[in-house]
Amino acid sequence: MKLPERLEPTIKEIKFILKRFKDSPLSIAGILIVLAFVVIAVFAPLLAPPQVYNPYLIPSDPELGYKIEPSPPSPKHPFGTTRLQLDVYYGCIWGTRWAFQIALEVIIIVVIIGVALGVISGYYGGIIDEIIMRFTDIILAFPGLILSMCLVAVLTRSGWLTIDAVLLSIIIIGWPGYTRLIRGEVLRVKTEDYIEAARASGASDLRIMFRHILPNTIYSLIIVASLDFGGIVLTAAALSFLGLGAPAGFADWGRLIYDSMQFVAGGLKWWWVYTYPGVFIVLFVLGWSLLGDALRDVLDPLYRRK
Amino acid sequence: MGLREYIIRRLILLIPVALGVVILIFSLLQLVPPERRVLLYLSGNPRELNPEIIKAYIHMYGLDQPVWTQFAIWLDQLIHGNLGYSEYFQELVLQGLLKRAPATLEIVLYAAPIIILVGIWAGVNAAVRRDKPFDHASRVLSVLGTSLPSFFFGILLSAIFIATLKWTGPGRLTFRIESEISSLARTGQWYTYTNLMTLDCLLNGRFDFFLDALKHLVLPVTVLVLINTATLVRVARSSMLESLSKTYIIAAKAKGLSQKEVVYKHARRNALIPVVTLAGLIVGGMMTGLVITETVFLFPGLGNWAATAAQHFDIPVVAAYAMFSAIVFVLANLIVDILYAYIDPRIRLG
Repeated sequence: MKLPERLEPTIKEIKFILKRFKDSPLSIAGILIVLAFVVIAVFAPLLAPPQVYNPYLIPSDPELGYKIEPSPPSPKHPFGTTRLQLDVYYGCIWGTRWAFQIALEVIIIVVIIGVALGVISGYYGGIIDEIIMRFTDIILAFPGLILSMCLVAVLTRSGWLTIDAVLLSIIIIGWPGYTRLIRGEVLRVKTEDYIEAARASGASDLRIMFRHILPNTIYSLIIVASLDFGGIVLTAAALSFLGLGAPAGFADWGRLIYDSMQFVAGGLKWWWVYTYPGVFIVLFVLGWSLLGDALRDVLDPLYRRK
Repeated sequence: MGLREYIIRRLILLIPVALGVVILIFSLLQLVPPERRVLLYLSGNPRELNPEIIKAYIHMYGLDQPVWTQFAIWLDQLIHGNLGYSEYFQELVLQGLLKRAPATLEIVLYAAPIIILVGIWAGVNAAVRRDKPFDHASRVLSVLGTSLPSFFFGILLSAIFIATLKWTGPGRLTFRIESEISSLARTGQWYTYTNLMTLDCLLNGRFDFFLDALKHLVLPVTVLVLINTATLVRVARSSMLESLSKTYIIAAKAKGLSQKEVVYKHARRNALIPVVTLAGLIVGGMMTGLVITETVFLFPGLGNWAATAAQHFDIPVVAAYAMFSAIVFVLANLIVDILYAYIDPRIRLG
């Protein structure tokens, strides 16, 4: 079958991207790590069959009794058990799915807000731009984790579920970055001749924004979002670690580490309770940051041809 | 525009941001019911808080008034240094903040110079030895530093060095030494000069106590350094690479200057200018890192205080810490900008 001619540049581009990926071992490592996590998240019900209605609740092993002290890894519990005989392996596997869920929810909402406000801000300028930018200034005046800690504490105090509060707080600290990114891109693209041409041919504001400006900002959005993916999970894990995230018994890496704090005094005697979830977080964040770098190398014109 | 006008202009721009920070926190606090919000206004230990008294307080602090009046009253309180009362810690928020600030300052005073020196040194050397083993090693470490969560790293360190090897312990001092100090203080043989533990130990002439305090600082400082140096190394490296490819470097080499002179006198000086802007980012990273690090090592500083308060929903403390860190963060960025303008005249003249 002969491919239509207009697809040729696309195929050339894909070949170029694949070659760039192939040449860099770190990029391959990043892709493989992220793929492995995707597989774990998708096949979680097979890898660790849920035993109760809510699959995110880690089952405990009644055969080991309800003693507080963790039990070491065994064939039945490959990563051992933590407090109250909760299975660490189960927590790590479903924690992967949970991490994707948090990151995807946050990224999608933050990108929508960022694109909407960024395009409006950059395209119209003037007083609207001024107002939106001052809002981002205020949020960015706080170190992210501290503002989100404050938000979670206040929201939970006023009756929110902690999980919802965590998501909302990460969204609130996340949107200004995206808004600024998109605004900058819009300002860059806005003065190009083809925008002028589109306007001269009578295209509406909305059409110019969505058909002409936005597609030209999409690459930087993809790069930043993939670099951010691990960061979001890291923030959520840090909140859990501070006792402000998922409730006890929930399959959340940060929560598992929070629970393991009481066993750190035992030194390396109970090493599995914090090591396994910790390694999962490290690899997840590492994978996404390598993937983000790899994407930047192929998509960002500044890095591309070097 | 002279440097003086630049500073004045930047200081004026600071006011709307500070006001914005306060307004944001105030709006957030509106979510909390007035019965809990009264704690933000108390200027002393209430001793007893029954519904009757709370009602009286609500009326007294105008919490039944329109939002604008409430904001004005609250702002007035803030300006007069009243941050409210902490139910969990049973003390005034401002007192708590001042009490714990020295411990945090001490960690920062040890960590910051190490971060800056190591970061710049590693970045510059990685650039000079591009694609050599040193460069690769520093890149691996900096990737590790950005993906290793501080809480996990901290837990590993405390499991190994505190719980297993027993080289050091949690907190600021060994318990035995802490009680010895307080009994010495009671008899007037110990004088608290600065509240910076290591310095006080030296000033009191107790070298054994000093070593103990220093040992307790090693792990928290290590965590902060590893987490915060990574970005600095990256930026210093790329800035140095750029600087090394400039024509004045070629000119300097062509003049026959030694490699050392070219690298350290010509390239490094110019490469360090953009690195200065990172200082603001590092301050932000430190404020966040301290919350985690102090929690892991039970270090009685501001970060631990805020985290404990957040866990117990002690809103006045959490709100005060958020505002405090925002102000510090903004001020740090301001100082960085001024320094930047001072070092590089293109900024203020451009």
